[in-house]
Amino acid sequence: MTLTAERPETAARTAPARRGPKRRFPVQPVVAILVAVLVLGVPFWLVIATAAKDQAQALNPDLSPPSEWRLFDNFAQVFADGRMVAGFFGSLLVMVPAVIGVLILGSMAAWILGRRGGKLTAAIYALGISGIVLPPAVVTIVLLLRQLGLAGTALGMIGVYMGMYLSTVIFFVTGFVRTIPHELEEAARVDGAGPVRTFIRVILPLLRPVLATATILICLYIWNDVFYALFVVGGRLDTLPLNLYQVASAGLYLQNWHLIFAYIILMSLPLLITFVVAQRRIISGITSGAVK
Amino acid sequence: MLAKGKAGPRHQDHPLWFLIPALAVLVVFFLVPTVFNFVYAFTDWSSFKSAINFAGFDNFTSLFTNGTLLNSLKVTLLYAVLVAIFQNAFGLGLALLLEKDTRVNRAVRVAFFVPVIMSALAVGYIFQALLKPDGALNGIIGWFTGSDVSIPWLGSTTWTIVVVAIVHAWKWMGLSMLIYLAGLKTISEDVLEAGRLDGAKRWTMFSAIRFPLLAPAVTFNVATALLGSMNGFDIVQATTEGGPGGTTELLNIYIFRTFGQGLFAQATTMSLILFLLVAILAFPVIRYLRKREDVL
Repeated sequence: MTLTAERPETAARTAPARRGPKRRFPVQPVVAILVAVLVLGVPFWLVIATAAKDQAQALNPDLSPPSEWRLFDNFAQVFADGRMVAGFFGSLLVMVPAVIGVLILGSMAAWILGRRGGKLTAAIYALGISGIVLPPAVVTIVLLLRQLGLAGTALGMIGVYMGMYLSTVIFFVTGFVRTIPHELEEAARVDGAGPVRTFIRVILPLLRPVLATATILICLYIWNDVFYALFVVGGRLDTLPLNLYQVASAGLYLQNWHLIFAYIILMSLPLLITFVVAQRRIISGITSGAVK
Repeated sequence: MLAKGKAGPRHQDHPLWFLIPALAVLVVFFLVPTVFNFVYAFTDWSSFKSAINFAGFDNFTSLFTNGTLLNSLKVTLLYAVLVAIFQNAFGLGLALLLEKDTRVNRAVRVAFFVPVIMSALAVGYIFQALLKPDGALNGIIGWFTGSDVSIPWLGSTTWTIVVVAIVHAWKWMGLSMLIYLAGLKTISEDVLEAGRLDGAKRWTMFSAIRFPLLAPAVTFNVATALLGSMNGFDIVQATTEGGPGGTTELLNIYIFRTFGQGLFAQATTMSLILFLLVAILAFPVIRYLRKREDVL
């Protein structure tokens, strides 16, 4: 912590020639890179090196480089054996409708909750955001889905995810709605627009930044979720994390670390690429919601 | 239905039926299962018989007397506290290390965010390989000490819970770091200037000025780490599956295992206990942290 660098502008303001011309060893950048290499580089290298080895070499994963790089052969094998394509589309099949669903239903509700006062609204808001902290009743959800005839279906999974993440959308968007000036709606209303038109034409476009943040967070949760998927669709629908769980825990694949790690690389790629492309927006979106 | 108030004429502009679709989903997929939790925890529901009968407090007493209940509660709470400590310590350390906006720091920040977007299950498997007795971490330690090291990181009944909590913190520290960085940015330059004019040293600047002003970020980070890890599953399942000897068996691990065995009522009971635990802890934790903010 002693290595914290001062902000550049203050260093200039408060230190008139206190330290003289700087020709010191660049401690901070070196420490930063060293920490990153040790804390991140070691695990990531382990993944890449092992994913490029053959079975005999990968039996005991270590940091030695592979004698022969066969990363793409291993990719091809998990593609064929790990039901990668089915998992990818299964994950998309539950994630896309769930995310679109919570965004639309959540912002509709949040608009009303942000604009109306009164006890009823407050009670509904409390119910709406309670899911942020309270854990879903994962066992009885399965029972309920059986009664509804949705057990093991994509629709059931979508419903469960929507029930879990609506609260996130309602929380973020209600706060945002309160910052939108009433006059913007008023103008639309004077032009004769009803609530539906006002919502679609005026409110929804204004919500874009906060909806982007919510989309990122919820995609992250759903794409990587395995716990709820194990209960709701385990064994009956492929998703990427479910298939990873099967690959890693099935006796057939036991200790096949090269395949497990090849699988991990492939399943992380979609989010990783999205993140690299849009990192600025993602990072500012996530942090803006947290610290107010 | 319409709430009364001075904004009365406005109400038809924000019709209540807009709430209905979201409410319907919340009621069906969140509220009803939660209510079911309170019902089926008191039955003998299982995959071994077709009828479900009322069983009173049988599930609670049997879970309590065979020690599972207290063990899982203890493990879950300990795990949550350890994760909160490590995740915040790592996140704050990284934020302070990478505070200055240089090119190197920006790149390193992005790198530390990669674990956040990875699947927790995948992180668990990576660390399972890394922490094996003949794994890479012992190899590195052995290389430094010049001797053969074979510490069973995931095989200790005392320390493995700490190790898995550190793995959990490793996955999420990038998020805490970002939030602390955002918090550091909100501290006004005038306050820092005043501190410096008073001759505060770096450590005093941090402990007396910057850290107290980070209170909102601390609130968010501690609350999310604490409450999120109580609901943890993936990392522990992928590294230890609850072992050795049940010393890392979180409530969710127990729920998953007993559900797989067809003991639905026991799983439901534990699910209810998790719900109550989070509900009981969430409000005091958030209120306490908020109060700390108000003092300032």
